[in-house]
This record gives sequence, C-alpha cells and structure tokens, in this order.
Amino acid sequence: MQFKRPKTIKDTQTHYCPGCGHGIVHRLVAEVIDELGLREKTIGTAPVGCSVLLYNYFDCDIIECAHGRPPAVATAIKRCQPDKVVFTYQGDGDIAAIGTAELIHAANRGENITAIFVNNAIYGMTGGQMAPTTLIGQKTTTTQNGRDRKKQGPPLKVCELLASLEGVAYLQRVAVSTAKDVIIAKKAIKKAFQNQLDGKGYSLVEVLSMCPTDWKVTPKQAVDFVNNEMKAAFPLGVYKDV
Amino acid sequence: MANNQTRIIIAGFGGQGVVLAGNILARAAVIEDKNVTGMISYGAEMRGGTANATVVISDEKIASPFVEVPDVAIIMNQPSLDKFEPDIASGGLAVINSTMVEDAGSRTDIDRVSVGASEIANSLGNARVANVVILGAFIKRTGILQPRSIVRAIDELFSTKKPAFIEINTNAFNAGYEGAKSV
Amino acid sequence: MSKPSKKILLKGNEVLSQAAINAGCGFFAGYPITPQNEVPEYLSKALPEAGGIFIQAESEIAAINMLFGASASGVRCMTSSSSPGVSLKQEGISYIAAAELPCVIVNMQRGGPGLGNIRAAQGDYFQSVKGGGHGDYRLIVLAPSTLQEIYELTMNAFDYADHYRNPVLILGDGILGQMAEPVELTKYRPIVDLPEKDFVLDGCKGRERRVIKTLLLQPAEALIEFNEYLKKKYAGIESELKLCQKYRCDDADLVVAAYGITARIAEGAVDMARDKGLKVGLIRPITLWPFPDEDFRAVAEQAKKLLVVEMSNGQMIEDVKLSIECSRPVEFYGTGGGWYPTSEKIMEKIESVYE
Repeated sequence: MQFKRPKTIKDTQTHYCPGCGHGIVHRLVAEVIDELGLREKTIGTAPVGCSVLLYNYFDCDIIECAHGRPPAVATAIKRCQPDKVVFTYQGDGDIAAIGTAELIHAANRGENITAIFVNNAIYGMTGGQMAPTTLIGQKTTTTQNGRDRKKQGPPLKVCELLASLEGVAYLQRVAVSTAKDVIIAKKAIKKAFQNQLDGKGYSLVEVLSMCPTDWKVTPKQAVDFVNNEMKAAFPLGVYKDV
Repeated sequence: MANNQTRIIIAGFGGQGVVLAGNILARAAVIEDKNVTGMISYGAEMRGGTANATVVISDEKIASPFVEVPDVAIIMNQPSLDKFEPDIASGGLAVINSTMVEDAGSRTDIDRVSVGASEIANSLGNARVANVVILGAFIKRTGILQPRSIVRAIDELFSTKKPAFIEINTNAFNAGYEGAKSV
Repeated sequence: MSKPSKKILLKGNEVLSQAAINAGCGFFAGYPITPQNEVPEYLSKALPEAGGIFIQAESEIAAINMLFGASASGVRCMTSSSSPGVSLKQEGISYIAAAELPCVIVNMQRGGPGLGNIRAAQGDYFQSVKGGGHGDYRLIVLAPSTLQEIYELTMNAFDYADHYRNPVLILGDGILGQMAEPVELTKYRPIVDLPEKDFVLDGCKGRERRVIKTLLLQPAEALIEFNEYLKKKYAGIESELKLCQKYRCDDADLVVAAYGITARIAEGAVDMARDKGLKVGLIRPITLWPFPDEDFRAVAEQAKKLLVVEMSNGQMIEDVKLSIECSRPVEFYGTGGGWYPTSEKIMEKIESVYE
C-alpha cells in the first residue's frame, strides 16, 4: 500500500494546530470522495469555526456559510442539483448551538445530504470558550471552574438527539484518537456518502476529535482525553441505520 | 358617487360571506373592464366577530383602495348597520338584509333598499347564500354592473372547485334582484 | 359585451408570486407571517407545477440561507416575509451581498417595532436602504405602488439581481400585499443584459474548483480591496439605476414626495389640490436605493416646498433632505404603527402647508 495525498486534498500546509483532529477528518473525507469518484460532482459547505478555511484544503467546489447555517445552504444546493453530492462539515458550536434549528429541520426533512460533525468539546477559533458539547467539569475560558450541570446544563448529545427523527437515515459516532478508531471513522464516512448516492436521506457522522491548544494540554494528553473522558460522555457506535 | 367612482363597504358577521360577496363584485367589475380595487380579506381571518370588505369601482384610476366614506354600505346584520350608517356619504345608499336588521337607522340624507336576504336564502335551501341575495338587491337598485357580469363572476369563482354551488348562487342573485324593496 | 378583459383579479401577494414564476424563479423558501402569507401559499402549489422548488423553512434565517445555496446553484430564487421576519433575515442578506449572489427578497411591511401589528406600514425604510445587516453593503430596493407595477418590478428584480450580481429587495407593505386589483400578466422579457453565471457551484468537472466565501483574512488588505471593489460596483449601479416617476410637477409650487402605496394615495390628493387650483405635484421614487436624487434636485428648482408623506414617523424624508441639500423647506405628514393615509387627509395637509 502506497501512502499518497488524496486528489481531493490540495498540496498545501494547513493552519491547524499540532495534534488537532481536523486534518485527519479532512483526509478521511477526501479519501472517501476519491474512492467513490465524486470529486467533480461534490459541493462542500464550510462552517464558521476552525474549519471555516477548509476550502483552502479541499480541492472541490466549496461554499462558506454563515455560522450554523450549512444544513439550510446544503438543503437548497441538493434540492437544486439532486444529481450532485453535497456534504456539510460542522464543528460543535456551529451544529449544536447556533445552528441547532437548521440541523434538526434538515435532518427531519430527510434531506439527502452527508453531514460530518467534528466534536472537540470546545470553541477553538475564538479561543477556548465553552461549547454545547463541553464536558461536565471541563474548564474553558467561559467556565473557568469547570462546566456546571446546574448552570450550563449537561453536554448536548447530537446523535442521541437526532436518533428520534424519522427523516434521519444514518447516525454514527466515531473518534480519531486511535488508529483503530480512524479506520472505523473512515468506514462510517464512506457509508454516509454512499447513503447519499443511494438516496437514503440524511446521514451524519459525529467525530470525537482533539483540541490540545484550547484544552491546554499536549497532543498526547489530548488523545488520552478523547479516549478516557469524551468516549465516556459520548459513547461511540451506530445510533441509527435504516 | 363622484367622478364615476363608487366606494362600497360590505359588512356582517364573520361567516356571512362578506369576503365572497366582495370577490364576486370585484370580479364582475373586471369582467366589465372597469377599474376596481378590493380590500377584501387581510390574510388572517377568523370566524365570528365582524367582517368587512371594501370595493371601489371606477371608470377612472383609483388612488386609494380604502373606503372611509362609503357611497354604498351593504349591511348583513344590525351591528354592522349601527357601525357603518354614520359613515355613509350624504346622498349615499344602505342595502340592508332586513331579516337580520330590525332598526334600519335614522339618517334622512341617505337612501335605503332592503331585502330579506337570509330569509330568501333559507327558502332556497342554503342560509349561506344570503350574501349573494343582497348583491342582487344592490345591483337592481344601482345598476352599477350588469346582472350577467355578476352571474359570470359566480361562474368563474365556483367552476373549478365547487361547480355544484353555481346554480344556487345564481338563483340567490336573481331572487335578490327581484326581491329588492325601497324602504 | 365588449371584448373580454385581458386582466385578472388577484391580490398583490399573488401577483408577486406569479411574476416570480413567469420570470423563471426556480426556488422559493419562506416562513409564514401576516400579511404576506399568500406568497408561500400560492407558490407552494404553483411553483412545483412550474418545475420549481418550494420549501417552507423552519425560520426566516433558514429561508434566507437556503437562498444562499440556491443562488450558488445558479437558480433564480426568492424569499418573502414581513417586517419582523425580514429583521431575522438580515444576517443572511449581508452574506449574500458579500458573496454577490443574485436573489430577490420581498418585504410586505407591517407595523413595528417589535411584533407591532399586522397592518400596513413603511417603518422599514432605513433597514432596507441603509444596510439592515452588518457591513458596508447595499441592496437594490424597488418600491412598487400598484399591483401592475408589482408584477413588472418583480420580474425586473430578477434581472437586476442577475445583471448586478446583487440581492434585490422589493419593498411593499400590507396594503399592496392584501389589496386586489385587475392585472395584466404580460410576457416576461429580460430588461437588462444577463451575464453568464460563472460563479455557480455545480461540481468542478472540466474546470478549476470554485469557492464562494465571504471571510477575507489574508492578506490584511484583501477586505479593504474587496470593499473598494464593492464601492465601485455600487457607484456603477447608482449611475445606471435610478427610477422615479413625476406627476404634475412641471409648474408645481408644492411637490409631495412618497413611495409605494402612499404615493398612489397621495396622487389622489394631488388631483384634489389641482381641482382647487393649487399647483401641486408628486414625485415618487421607484428605486429607494439608488435614491433618485437628481430628480429631487430638479423638482426642487421649481418647487417652493416639498411635503414628504410616509407610513412611518419619517424615514425617507432624510434622503429627500439630503438629495436637495436642504435647499427648500421639507414638510412631513405620516404616522408609524400601522396607519394608512387617505387622499382627503393628505389634501388637508397640503392646504395647511401650501403657500
């Protein structure tokens, strides 16, 4: 097996911090697009957050959306061009805070799109504030004594939330913190794209990912945090597959 | 009815067909190629309460679709008469559903025509066509539109969705036309 | 009977909807709000029948962002709302203006601020012509005053949007949306050159990939340069697209200025004044941005005074004063909160300010 750069990824350095999971997730999405031969018929949406700049890395048509609105934008693109492949790529703030309404309704309408949700339990781009998925007790710049269930509520679980919606075809939570997890994550992402090709409806893969910079830990400690803390709060697995 | 312009208000309880009567009138005016505006419904209707529609029919350009001082008030019930009689232009006309209006008002500077619209509608077998009966009386008295234009408007309105209603509404119009009485 | 009329009786909201279909609108997203509900109701049936896409969005925010996607797909698209809902759309409008995506936005204004009421108003003038959302952008704002004009301007709006790659706002009000009037549904003909849509995202087959974005971080000058570019683009629109109608202004001592339904009602007052021998005219901007300032300057040379009438407490009056550089006294008549003027009341005001 030869290690090559996927065609769907541009030959450039990313702005992501050392130990960040976005690069891995970008690569997995790009590999899947390559393997399914979709690069020339794919339109991706960029969110607001660290991955806003994903159009600098993906070599396919991309539209950068307002914060939280990718599901609405993707809905229209897919409805207008049903023969194209449309994916959203959103972080936890984008999908589970400011864009919750757009997420739930696009999912409930069963829009035939593929959603990649990168959950790193923090706001990266703005400097480490609490995310909707921040863990109980986790310290952020806006929960300096740790997230308090009584004040901020518990972390919001997107897969569990969407599982009750009839329009949703496929939900799986994966991680990119171990080699084995990466392999599972790629399979899930591939299925989420294949579902779109098969016209099955809304498919979402939630990826637990590392943010050493804003967690204020080393990359190694960040991996441990995903494996030990996040996986406990956000159990991996398939939440829906119809 | 200055400048060949007739400003009409149709008023009654919600559910008495005020909107439909306004629609028929405005459509009949279009059939005759007259200028017409209608403020017939405002997109948030409820049953019960009072309802009114205003229609302006003119040979000339119409500036405002609103009717502050109606030349004609088509009145389906007592509260509507009480409310709108004071606004009618001097020399104007009240067309009154005498079945639902006991006190026809006190103005001496307006004309009145009455028709037992609800009673006639009941005798035709459908109380809901009282609105079209009263249009018959209005057209008979004013001659502002030709009866056949009203009949054609009824036909246009019901032909696609409720063709069964064409006949009874046409009968209602004719009965009102025949049954109009000066007061 | 004379030859059958070509005109049909429709409500303003229905006229607008049919105009959109006739102009080739292929996508509509909206959310219910009175007094514009007939637009989504009409289009929910008629647009799919014409081969287009209708979506009842979960919010005004989602609706405007759906336009972002539809326009990026190269499809003529429209959303419609009334004042509180248009406030919600402002974020998306700013992004659409920044991305230079053509689309048509309708505001059938109602009383405000806040939830206000559902009666007609013109309280959103500032929001419409001065920005509304964040950043240094402009919308082309069209203000029809009759239902026939709603029909024509709605079709034109799609052309202007495509021609200038800019969102176009149709600023109506509850009266225009709700009133019924006979309209002739003439055939659609483009009124301006329609450039090829070389921005469309339809997959990068056989070409370099395309990106639609509004974040310009690097280099530091990028956003300055983009705003300079927009400034030039807007100046170009200003030099080409100022629409205005004058009525009996030639010898007028007093010129009434109003837009939309208010102008139409004011025209009745001008006729009343002329019948009484008063030299009164009417100037009606059809584009509120760009504001037809040269036309205002021209009438101010003749007139001794202007009278602005609005269904608000005075918003357009600021642009009138700026246009004529306060060279004449400008009187005002209007009320906010869902009030409408009558020709008679405007006439009273005319008589009280006429010299």
